Amino acid sequence: MDVLFLLLDGVIACLEPLNLMLIVIGVTVGLFIGAMPGLGSVNGVAILLPATFLVPPTSAMIFLAAIYYGAMYGGAISSITLGIPGASTAVATTFDGRPLALSGRANQALVTAAIASFVGGTFANLLFTGFAPPLASVALSFGPPEIFALMLLAFATFVGLGGDDIPKTIFSICFGLALAAVGFDVISGEPRLIFMDITGFMHGINFLVLAIGVYGIGEMLWTINSTRDDITMTGAEITVRNVMNAAKKSVGAWRGTAIGSGLGFFVGILPAAGATPGSLMAYGVTKMTAKNPEQYGKGSINGVAAPEAANNSASTGAMLPMVTLGIPGSPTTAVLLGGMVIWGLQPGPRLFTDQPDFVWPLVGSFYVSNFIAVLVNLAFIPLFLWMLKMPFTILAPVIFTLSVVGGYAATQDMHDVWLMLIFGLGAFLLRILDYPLAPAGLAIVLGPIAEPTLRQSLLLSDGDPMIFFDRPIAGPITIIALVLIFLPLFKLIFDRIRKKT
Amino acid sequence: MAFSRRMLIAAGAAVIGMAGLMGTAQAWEPNKPIDFVIMAGKGGGADKMARLMQAIVEEESMSPKPLIPVNKAGGSGAEALVALNTAGDPDHTIMVTLNSFFTTPLRQPGLGVDIMEFAPVGRMAEDTFLLWVHKDEGISTFEEFIEEAKSRGDGWVMGGTGKNSEDNIITDFLNNNYDLSIKYIPYKGGGAVAKDLAGQQIDSSVNNPSEALGFYESGDLIPLVAFTDERLPMFPDVPTAKEKGADFSYYMQRAVVGAPGMSEDALAFYQGLFNNVYGSDKWQKYMSDKSLQGDKLDGDDLKNYWQTQRDRHEEILKASGAIK
Repeated sequence: MDVLFLLLDGVIACLEPLNLMLIVIGVTVGLFIGAMPGLGSVNGVAILLPATFLVPPTSAMIFLAAIYYGAMYGGAISSITLGIPGASTAVATTFDGRPLALSGRANQALVTAAIASFVGGTFANLLFTGFAPPLASVALSFGPPEIFALMLLAFATFVGLGGDDIPKTIFSICFGLALAAVGFDVISGEPRLIFMDITGFMHGINFLVLAIGVYGIGEMLWTINSTRDDITMTGAEITVRNVMNAAKKSVGAWRGTAIGSGLGFFVGILPAAGATPGSLMAYGVTKMTAKNPEQYGKGSINGVAAPEAANNSASTGAMLPMVTLGIPGSPTTAVLLGGMVIWGLQPGPRLFTDQPDFVWPLVGSFYVSNFIAVLVNLAFIPLFLWMLKMPFTILAPVIFTLSVVGGYAATQDMHDVWLMLIFGLGAFLLRILDYPLAPAGLAIVLGPIAEPTLRQSLLLSDGDPMIFFDRPIAGPITIIALVLIFLPLFKLIFDRIRKKT
Repeated sequence: MAFSRRMLIAAGAAVIGMAGLMGTAQAWEPNKPIDFVIMAGKGGGADKMARLMQAIVEEESMSPKPLIPVNKAGGSGAEALVALNTAGDPDHTIMVTLNSFFTTPLRQPGLGVDIMEFAPVGRMAEDTFLLWVHKDEGISTFEEFIEEAKSRGDGWVMGGTGKNSEDNIITDFLNNNYDLSIKYIPYKGGGAVAKDLAGQQIDSSVNNPSEALGFYESGDLIPLVAFTDERLPMFPDVPTAKEKGADFSYYMQRAVVGAPGMSEDALAFYQGLFNNVYGSDKWQKYMSDKSLQGDKLDGDDLKNYWQTQRDRHEEILKASGAIK
């Protein structure tokens, strides 16, 4: 019961005029930062961090957390309307959001994304409030072998999908892994795969550069090539009734929402992972367990709901190691931790007990921000839909410009812009040859987590792979992952045998 | 927010302008935002420190133009060093550095970076290293650690940030000096090391106080020995390695440097700016909170310090076989 009173105090603190105003501003700013390709929550929070010492630390934290929340909602907007992922966390949202928009159901996709985000955020908030300290010990029990097993499981959800061309999926994953290996090798301490000694490759290939190239530039070229004339992308009328109808239909996305909420939170609380792997895994699992997996990628609302519920749930989840352990669960929370240092707070296991006046208003702000974010988001939907009414001849240059700006914004390096354009062209060609590109995206996100943890584990065990099987948490996860990876093979053999008899 | 920031800057500019009118010499001032390169990724120790400095400069309107942080973590600082070496406008490019400032050019001579060409803006502090174990290990002294680590051979695991890095150098020292065979596992960041030690995934770490402090306060991690010349005020009961008979101490510089080719006038401005940052209450509080040591150094003193540090690191890296 104590928790409820503390939470109530926290929520009341958030409703003070200054804090409430900061939440509304933060959520709205975050929504646009998230929607702007390349400018994810990390950049938004980092840019606005120095501005926050004008207000007390608690208010500052509430403001930054509101931006974080808003950005998670905003990422879906450009993913759906333009097909350019607004942030790395919203890449999976393009898989089905974009086809929905192209078939004139953009409003459905946007409303479903908003509602799924709200549900995911609320679910995570409840878990956070009730069980933060015990969940922190779960995060601690994940060492390198456990994290690697989890990454293997994430890959498995993409390989084990029936329907897709499996050799091409594997090729796509390997291609992504090779790109992920570029840059700096933590284990040997040496630079690696620095093409032509170009210094831009030293920071590795940023996932967002690949994603904007593939889904922004590549998609634009594809649309130009496949339509060859003016098209308007949506015929939907923008009325309150349409939005209400879409909201009702979003109930059909309950499965994706549920999977996304649960998986997102769990992946989010593990330091090192964060919301991007969470959203991709949620998409993979939702598709894999669906009755009609062939519908995914063509405009399934579950395919929109899963990653969106997951990225919101994961962003709250990532706050958990930050608040309870002083360890960032995602790049954005790493910057927030820096903020706490600037305000003179000591992040760590004692924050919860030593600084209740800071922690509980922050937790309260998760609830308030989440609620306000869904309202602000729904209110802006007509504006985003209006954008889609423009003919593609106007929209294409807009997409191109946003992609270039987004490619530059992430690292402020022209090198990345050129790389993005190359990826765009490459993606267009691969798409003509019918290669799936989502697995490459997954690989470039998970590779930098999977590879060091694999090598750390093998260092720990002197090269014995049994370390992935004989540990109580890693073992079951590895076995499930391997079963999923070999499932298509089993199916194939099973089908052959059945044909013979 | 932008409005009030502009006001602060305008106020700062007005004050400086007035000072100019009153007859003081016309000093160099930045005429555009300053690139503030961070030699590490977002959220790490160097990043937090850089953002704190940026916040202090902005809050007390110390500079007429803002510092714009840019993270260049690639290649263990190589990317940042090259960026400064090739900076188009050296008068508006400064960088926050750590010890990879010494080790990375030694290990990658192909970069063509000579650190003695960088402009010595100011050493803001020296970070310290301690040896940490988990409380459930049942070890409370350095002697017990040596005994236990020796009996477990390469079953004793030390986690640390990066290969051939500060943490690796200290681990090598322990192995060589006490005839141990501790296994070193490189991690991406000190936070992850502290977390894995708290979760008992590894057996020990040589984290900076700022990285381990949270778990120290909660009682999960215990410091056994400090690799400093004197005992640290924050850990008065923790002996130094020197007290234990080893002639060894190791620090990490937290310094601001200017791009090679920076003009004397610009260097004077930045030296003054970071003197003010160093003297601010916030910086002093941060130093005592995070158990940072070291006096402010700049100019030739700082260059001399770099020279000794570079020679020392060359020796260490040669001894460990990382370079020839």
